[in-house]
Amino acid sequence: MADEKMLTFEEAMEKLEAIVEKLEEGDVPLEKAISFYKEGMELSKLCHNKLKHVEGQLTQILTDDGQVVDFSINEEE
Amino acid sequence: MISVNVDWSGNQQLYLTQPIVKNVQHQPVLSDRQGLLLKEQQHLTVFALTKYIRRKFDADPHLQDVYVKGEISNFKQHSSGHLYFTLKDEKARILAVMFSSYNRSIKFRPENGMKILIKGDITVYESSGQYQIYVKEMQPDGIGDLFLAYEQLKERLDQEGLFSQRYKKELPKHPQTVGVITSPTGAAIRDILTTIKRRYPIANILIFPALVQGEQGARSVVKAIETANNVKEIDVLIVGRGGGSIEELWTFNEEAVARAIFTSMVPIISAVGHETDFTIADFVADMRAPTPTAAAELAVPHIDDLIEKVLTRQARLIRAMKEKVSFQQERYVRLKKSYAFRYPRRLYEQKLEQVDKVTEALVRNAKKLSVMKSDDYLQVTKRLSRQHPQELLKGSQEQHSRLTKALNRTMTEIHSKKQKEFSGVLSTLEALSPLKIMDRGYSLSYTEDGQLIKKTSQVKKGDEIRVQLPDGRVNCTVRNVEESEGNG
Repeated sequence: MADEKMLTFEEAMEKLEAIVEKLEEGDVPLEKAISFYKEGMELSKLCHNKLKHVEGQLTQILTDDGQVVDFSINEEE
Repeated sequence: MISVNVDWSGNQQLYLTQPIVKNVQHQPVLSDRQGLLLKEQQHLTVFALTKYIRRKFDADPHLQDVYVKGEISNFKQHSSGHLYFTLKDEKARILAVMFSSYNRSIKFRPENGMKILIKGDITVYESSGQYQIYVKEMQPDGIGDLFLAYEQLKERLDQEGLFSQRYKKELPKHPQTVGVITSPTGAAIRDILTTIKRRYPIANILIFPALVQGEQGARSVVKAIETANNVKEIDVLIVGRGGGSIEELWTFNEEAVARAIFTSMVPIISAVGHETDFTIADFVADMRAPTPTAAAELAVPHIDDLIEKVLTRQARLIRAMKEKVSFQQERYVRLKKSYAFRYPRRLYEQKLEQVDKVTEALVRNAKKLSVMKSDDYLQVTKRLSRQHPQELLKGSQEQHSRLTKALNRTMTEIHSKKQKEFSGVLSTLEALSPLKIMDRGYSLSYTEDGQLIKKTSQVKKGDEIRVQLPDGRVNCTVRNVEESEGNG
């Protein structure tokens, strides 16, 4: 599911919600339901991972000369 | 009450420790001191004295940053931009100067008679020996000029529709990158960063440093908003600063800032000052936060809520799937138990029987039909041969020759009969021929119109008549008609 890796959290959540709703509606053929379920579980894992994956998140500042550099409050104090 | 300490030498020696008012009541002390001076010292120049006096003014903290209120008179604006006027009330007046470097920031136009509040330093203008107040800040007494300007701009932008709800952009639910426009050194940035890190550590933060007060503030904030709009990763922007006076927050009441916020494609949360501070920026922004911390809370969701949400959806997914499977399972079991699957032979036994019956009937009917049809055929053939034209022809020929014979016979019979009749008539005719009678002396008389005259009444005197004789005719004229007696 390479393209699911590219989804934003928002998109993944929306997709997940849509799948849950479809499954809850009930008139989905079983084979389709199983593939929805698989996809839904993947999405749910993806969302969860995105929320848990804190490393690599950046706090940066745009300098006067247009450079983006890391920023930390402690350095400033 | 102002207390002045006299320091002639400029050192920290104190010759008088008492307030002037008290000194005035103790004239002898001052007189003694003067007497000593006149004896021991040279006379001072006016300039030296004035300088000394000026130093007195300058050294006195009570004469620095003095707040004074009064009315403007003799107002003059020099071409250099400096303002000169007299500040007065009913009982006193003081000369005032406001240099252009200061008066550039005043938002209203001072004029004579205007009541104002000023802040300034008192010092001596040496060449005229006059003490003056050097004004650093000025605002109208009563309603503040900033407040006035604020109200006017607010009214105008509101009329223009910049505050309208329908232009408010929706904030993203799950921003990946939050842009922050503020001073990188203030308390505001710290509050925002710590709040975002605490609530939503998965967000990236990009800070666009800006001056958030003073002359350059508006331009700096506008530029930062424009720059942020060119960074495509920015999902939401926080624009703001910590608390301060109305002057310090003024950047966020500038029209240029309001318009930049309005024009921004990225949704903007304003966070200026504290709860009670409302700036124009707050009205234009897509969302107003009472504090920078609140802005951060509005900008990002709490990660725990999101995890909860994901888990809820996952649970719903699993439950829905379980229900689906068990529903299908039940259906399967129900179908499996159905009559058809338990007694499958019964499904077709009846059909088999039916097939047999129908086949039988088919064969039977086919035979019957075939017999019936062949009978019909024979009959039709017979009838046809009976109807053969040769038979008809033979009959007709027979009838023809029979009729011909009958015709001939009849014709012969009629002929000979007529022949006999004719010869009989002929002999009678010969016997009766008038000519034979006439031969014996009889004649026939005819009227002019050819009538045979049998009676006398048929002619009268003068009539022309013809008398037929066997060998010819005689034309006569009647001379007399006589009827025979008793001849009827």
